[in-house]
Amino acid sequence: MVAGRPELAAARSGSERSEGAAGSDGELGEGAGGDGGAPLIGVLAIQGGFEAHERMLLGLGARVRQVRVPADLEGIDGLVLPGGESTAIMLGLQREGLIQPLKRLVWGGLPVLGSCAGLILLDEDHLGLMDMRAARNAFGRQIHSFEADLEIAGIDGPPMRAVFIRAPWIERLGRDLEALAILDGHPVAARQGDLIAISFHSELTGDDRIHRMLLEAAARRACGEMSTL
Amino acid sequence: MREEATFRVKSGLAEMLKGGVIMDVVTAEQAKLAEDAGAAAVMALERVPADIRRDGGVARMSDPEMIQQIQQAVSIPVMAKARIGHFVEAQVLQAIEVDYIDESEVLTPADEVNHIDKWAFEVPFVCGATNLGEALRRIGEGAAMIRSKGEAGTGDIVEAVRHMRRITGEMKSLTMLAEQELPAAAKELGAPLELVREVASSGRLPVVLFCAGGIATPADAALMMALGAEGVFVGSGIFKSEDPASRAKAIVAATTHWQDPERIAAASRGLRGAMMSIETSKLSEQQLLAGRGW
Repeated sequence: MVAGRPELAAARSGSERSEGAAGSDGELGEGAGGDGGAPLIGVLAIQGGFEAHERMLLGLGARVRQVRVPADLEGIDGLVLPGGESTAIMLGLQREGLIQPLKRLVWGGLPVLGSCAGLILLDEDHLGLMDMRAARNAFGRQIHSFEADLEIAGIDGPPMRAVFIRAPWIERLGRDLEALAILDGHPVAARQGDLIAISFHSELTGDDRIHRMLLEAAARRACGEMSTL
Repeated sequence: MREEATFRVKSGLAEMLKGGVIMDVVTAEQAKLAEDAGAAAVMALERVPADIRRDGGVARMSDPEMIQQIQQAVSIPVMAKARIGHFVEAQVLQAIEVDYIDESEVLTPADEVNHIDKWAFEVPFVCGATNLGEALRRIGEGAAMIRSKGEAGTGDIVEAVRHMRRITGEMKSLTMLAEQELPAAAKELGAPLELVREVASSGRLPVVLFCAGGIATPADAALMMALGAEGVFVGSGIFKSEDPASRAKAIVAATTHWQDPERIAAASRGLRGAMMSIETSKLSEQQLLAGRGW
């Protein structure tokens, strides 16, 4: 950022952007710029609720980078596709030429967490990265949005408080996918290897257990890459 | 246990609109064009603010049939406006399941004293504000999202800048106060003490803050993002311009890339004419919309 003109960088009072240790390439988090340590998670920042994911990942000790252009994907160990408007985000991915580089990374084993619109982006009608089809706004318009306690396979402890906002559900789940949670008879969370898709927003509740799953996968990948060098 | 319409659910939708552009539309065709340009939501209304300003007379909630046509045309959230204090218009908008209600100074106020009790609704509300006290009063009444007011229908960004700087400046001031100074600050702001305490400790509003009123160009949108807006409303700026589709896409791109002047330059290139604009300082006191509400 431009020295002596803090407004451009710090105008968003209270945001991590002004407070975090921003590296020269826009990374936030402890050890940013260092070559070891915490995994680096990209958070797609075309449009949507990306800041809440950033906060949660930083709280878990990850390094975080906002992803808006293909160069931002370089060197990430994991990726979050946040909630937002899937049409707006998809158009942004096309405009930025992000679709092919992103797909190549995922085919190469990049762990991904897609939440709400992120789940839709992962389905066969959008990026085609998970063998499933999402039904958009499946629970109805905003007035039917809700929160509920959800049992999620593979997550220990009490049920998770899940916030569903104009949320999708999964209307077709491929054979290789594991349904992690079911609501009203429909899968609302699924896993395919290191790809995790959830219909709801766990980043809005302070419950970071799903983000830990992503970080574990990202850390495995970071270590794996190190050992092959 | 399953709960609908919690505050987290209401403010959560605004979280998902962040970094996005909400566009005023008056027909289903315009709504589709907005969606295809990358709008995060549309605001369905009968006349854009520039036309309301030109036509004069009482501006009211839109015809539900027209709003429903727009709901059928797009899959992104559809917002609609109710007059300040007109809780029955808001009930009508809730009955047809709009995704957000804007209790808006762009329409003619129905109540000069009381705003709508927004806690009584399941649909979330966005409200305008010119300063922090006004924003916190609206949140105290149940608003789940705030937009700075600016001066709608002018194409002049100066009021939007004034209001956004005022809101963020007043938030910064609160963070510097000691705990025992906050009650007096709350009295001064005319805002609930609990909310004043929350802002003093976090330095930000407890809900998402967008900007509205006067955005006509990609650079205007990026300016407001740099000043602290988390997204923008564009009213007359798109469909009163010469090439709405290109301008809509350009404003969407500039809102995402507000930190990157080269991208804003690219977005601004070859857009043809902006909307017919009015210099706000030439308007009389009665012609200003931002003074509506308190």
